[in-house]
Amino acid sequence: MIDRASPLARFFGEFRESRAAVFGLVVVGLMIGLALLAPLITPQDPYDLASLTLRDARRPPGYVGTAGFTHWLGTDAQGRDLLSAILYGLRISIQMGLVAGAIGLVLGASVGTTAAYLGGRVEAFVMRLIDLQLSFPAILLAFVIAALLGQGKWQLVAALVAAQYAYFARTAHGAAAAERHKDYVEAALSTPLPARRVVFRHILPNALPPLIVVATVQIASAISLEATLSFLGVGLPPTEPSLGMLIANGFPYMLSGRYWISIYPGVALIILIFAVNLVGDQIRDQLNPRLRR
Amino acid sequence: MLGFLIQRILQAALVVLAMSALVFAGVFAIGNPIDVLISPDATQDIRAATIAKYGFDRPLWEQYFTFLGRALHGDFGQSFVYNMPVGRLILSRLPATLELTLAAVLGATLLGVPLGMYAGYRPQSRFSKAVMALSILGFSVPTFWVGLVLIFAFAVNLGWLPAGGRGATAPLFGVEWSFLTADGLQHMILPAINLALFKFALMIRLARAGTREAMLTDTVKFARAAGLSERTVLLRHVLRLIAIPLVTVFGLEFGSTLAFAVVTETIFSWPGLGKLIIDSITSLDRPVMVAYLMLVALFFIVINLAVDLSYAALDPRMRKGRA
Repeated sequence: MIDRASPLARFFGEFRESRAAVFGLVVVGLMIGLALLAPLITPQDPYDLASLTLRDARRPPGYVGTAGFTHWLGTDAQGRDLLSAILYGLRISIQMGLVAGAIGLVLGASVGTTAAYLGGRVEAFVMRLIDLQLSFPAILLAFVIAALLGQGKWQLVAALVAAQYAYFARTAHGAAAAERHKDYVEAALSTPLPARRVVFRHILPNALPPLIVVATVQIASAISLEATLSFLGVGLPPTEPSLGMLIANGFPYMLSGRYWISIYPGVALIILIFAVNLVGDQIRDQLNPRLRR
Repeated sequence: MLGFLIQRILQAALVVLAMSALVFAGVFAIGNPIDVLISPDATQDIRAATIAKYGFDRPLWEQYFTFLGRALHGDFGQSFVYNMPVGRLILSRLPATLELTLAAVLGATLLGVPLGMYAGYRPQSRFSKAVMALSILGFSVPTFWVGLVLIFAFAVNLGWLPAGGRGATAPLFGVEWSFLTADGLQHMILPAINLALFKFALMIRLARAGTREAMLTDTVKFARAAGLSERTVLLRHVLRLIAIPLVTVFGLEFGSTLAFAVVTETIFSWPGLGKLIIDSITSLDRPVMVAYLMLVALFFIVINLAVDLSYAALDPRMRKGRA
């Protein structure tokens, strides 16, 4: 029987077969929705200082605060409703992951495909540099760059991109180098099309599947990396309270048994990263030709 | 082969040199350590004298060459904060990180490889799916948060294990080690688990992927046809087939775990290299920062060189392609 479905439809058909991946996708969608709607659905604007009272500080989950609503996940050291703070933190964390991932993808894919197209010494030199960078752990690189650049949203994005673009470049180069000598590329090059067009319109789309896999992994790891850096104090400034910073703020209270300030933001972070990885895992298995059915 | 060897070593030396310039310039940009070194109420004369003593009044390139010349003799200068030679400071912190890293990587491998092999051997079984979910969880959960949970559960709530520090140490070959005393071991358990988690997940995945592919090879088919038991097939043949990538990753991961230890050591106040670098960045201890970063760079370059050379020794195609 001939399979008449388009590749995309077939892709989604296979994707639906994995319950874990569908579940992951639903959770990711839900969390993005919650983060987007945070100002509308949270009982409190956690960064409006006028609405906070110290009388409500460090209360356990389920405490009914002075404002009259229940703090389902407790409050932090400033008397902030933790559920509201988490939803606002989710906004920042997701935003950082997506922005850093997107910039890293564009930058890395451009470097990798261009190197593969140019070939020769330039290719050898660029890829040698990238290999060298990949041999350093991303976390150390991001940590040092973040420390050098100082606190700030864009500084942190720069550190994350610098640590991650190499993965995209490596992947794009591998895929593009394999495409480079195929007949259709030679055919496209023999027409008077500009080389740029051949690289971006012909080579890049065929190098895309592995890049998508790397992108899901890297977005998840960017979110985790951002949280780690913010936790260590070299990440976002206090005006951008991501999940990592919420966890860091709660750390001192953990030793006296007030676990909720650190634990719940962490749970939100893990659910997010876990869900992204579930989706990424399924995409990887589906795109791996060696496991093709 | 000799030409390739010389070329690679020269390349590595060049990279080390470039790294040293980068690190030096980068660390220089972080901030001026003068304000940390001199108390604000010091007189102008003392200020000028101190600046001259550390050579901060010289242009950057001159400072760099002075640093380079001394570094070649193994002298990385004095730590501003600890007031002792940086080389000795780093050496005194190295054993703590080394034993923690070794415990974590060994534990992760010894536990992760068998689980991963089983998951690759019976990919559809319930247990295998649980193992895979566990490994995704290991990748997903940020290290620092696991550390917090471990402290909260085992140190604060249950009170079974200490929350931080290195505990009692005992000397071996003139170096203090924690793993030689019961108290030190107790202190090591939580940070080692914390550090091992990511490697554990990685080993599971590698072993599973390798086993899944190895099970389809002719080696396994013939071994089975020869009537060998499944146990022998797995232990004698599959393990051997997947061993090379596992060993490579083990070596590389041992290096990167040293860097990962930054997070774990901070949480558990483990007095190793990772904690040293964090402290030196916050206190602008420039010589320590430069020396640590150079050490890490050197370390990774040497590992890479070793991996490259051993591949070249094993696979003649690599030599031809690149040399």
